[in-house]
Amino acid sequence: MSVLGTELAEAPARRRTPPVAAIIAGVVLLLLIAAAVLPGLFTSIDPLATDTRDASLPPGPGHPFGTDKLGRDVYARVVHGASISLSFGFAATVIAVVLGTIVGIASGLAPRWVDNVIQRALEILLALPELLIALVVVAILGAGTVNLVIAITIAAVPAYARIVRAGTLQVRQAAFVEAAVALGQRRAAIVARHVLPNVIGPLLVLATIGIGTAIIAGSGLSFLGLGPAAPSPEWGLMLSEGRGSLATAWWVAVFPGLAITATVISTTVVGRWLQGRFEGLRS
Amino acid sequence: MRRYLPRLVGAVIVLWGAATLSFLVLHLVPGDPVAIMLGAQTQASDEVKARIRADLGLDQPPLEQYFAYLGRILQLDFGTSYRLQEPVVRVIGAQLPSTLALAGSAIVIAVAIALAIALLARGRISRAVANVLELLVISSPSFWTGLLLLTLFSFRLHWFPVSGGQGVASLVLPAITLALPIAGILSQLLRHGLDAANAQPFVVSVRARGLTPGQLLARHTLRHASLPATTFAAYIVGSLLGGAVIVEQLFGRPGIGRVALDAITNRDLPVVMALVFLAAAVFVVVNLIVDALYPVLDPRLRAVR
Repeated sequence: MSVLGTELAEAPARRRTPPVAAIIAGVVLLLLIAAAVLPGLFTSIDPLATDTRDASLPPGPGHPFGTDKLGRDVYARVVHGASISLSFGFAATVIAVVLGTIVGIASGLAPRWVDNVIQRALEILLALPELLIALVVVAILGAGTVNLVIAITIAAVPAYARIVRAGTLQVRQAAFVEAAVALGQRRAAIVARHVLPNVIGPLLVLATIGIGTAIIAGSGLSFLGLGPAAPSPEWGLMLSEGRGSLATAWWVAVFPGLAITATVISTTVVGRWLQGRFEGLRS
Repeated sequence: MRRYLPRLVGAVIVLWGAATLSFLVLHLVPGDPVAIMLGAQTQASDEVKARIRADLGLDQPPLEQYFAYLGRILQLDFGTSYRLQEPVVRVIGAQLPSTLALAGSAIVIAVAIALAIALLARGRISRAVANVLELLVISSPSFWTGLLLLTLFSFRLHWFPVSGGQGVASLVLPAITLALPIAGILSQLLRHGLDAANAQPFVVSVRARGLTPGQLLARHTLRHASLPATTFAAYIVGSLLGGAVIVEQLFGRPGIGRVALDAITNRDLPVVMALVFLAAAVFVVVNLIVDALYPVLDPRLRAVR
């Protein structure tokens, strides 16, 4: 979806997200980060503690989100799952942005033919659905938490590299870069002082939205059984475990899914608000 | 025709790149592909391994393997599936109709929903509602919306079967699940395009010529609005393929997505390589069709030679 984000970002007259929505989304995001860093603040129940007497209880006092078929508290599991899903999203996005920036700037400043080769390579990667790229990476490296992050990262890099390259090409033509070259500044200094600050702004805004995309991709791969292994309270994994007991205990699958959606919506809303502000500052 | 030549060359380059990429997949896998293929608990003798190696051409130098691979792809020969011991083309071909039915109905549903929202959400309140709905469906992972639909319509109301690939009834929920996020994206693009078209000066002159708002919409503004959405066609078809992996797994439907997941969990590399190539081919073909469609949608492009 990051591909789409770039196009929409370029479209003029985009509606601004009302501040109220941005504030709510920001608060939700802060709560999620708090849950990820200090899950103990929200629950004292062990997410892995099984209790067969309390199996498959519907939501009620004591268990706000109910319990699963092993008697584990779904609320505690959702809270503890936040750190896994958020770290997927953040880690994959940060690494992808850094790699994308390096590739994009290199491509934008390189001789024409190198740029052409890199662009064709990126085009081929962009031709494949992101989920398929991630799946192929998993096929190469094998399933597991770290490989899953690598897979989402690689799938996200081409889109970021594209944006950075476009920005670099624009900046490259600018008079202040010409001036810096004329003043005899070193190449690395020009990149660090002039090129980077000018391409990084829109990139960071898109990265905020990209975190949501990465979280969906990560939980999707976990849902397919390619991520963390069984007792882990990862949201996608919980959903696939809850699928089997949908007829009798809908809450086991519904609440982790709600958590994913809430996370993605809040990163998207905050990202769009930043986008609106950023465009406002520029024009 | 001259206009299309560079695009055709570009399409061939992308396909060649995808073939190269899928070839690299085989060689990037750490360890011996034959050992991976046979699994950890293999009791195959060294002779059997050597024979498989020779069958796959893995005993040749890499460059020769590469050209042999390209040659086989030109004949649409993707080798034999490790796990199923069947030609890859037949494995994929057998599952293709099911996924095509799913993706095709998802596209139809998505376009219908997007058109309905774009045409109905013209007032202030309805626009706000449309905004929220779009954000909701785009942000919800398909495996969650699918579960919600299953819970409601299969387990509570018993309208549709829980899983399986038989008949139209078992197609409804998976198709809707796959369609919803795409409907959200399309509707955003269409509404944005309609707003942009309505702000154009030609709208006033068309109305002055005496056309009704309905005629204006059907003959002019909707046409303008569909251009940006068309640009995203290849991206959308790609996301359908990706989404099919999750939706087919969720609903227990047979199809390409299931084949992909099976191939990846079992490291059935020839199947993985063929799917990479297939996805790239679909992307390229859709883009070529879109390029041919632009002049039909936008008469201004017909004059340019």
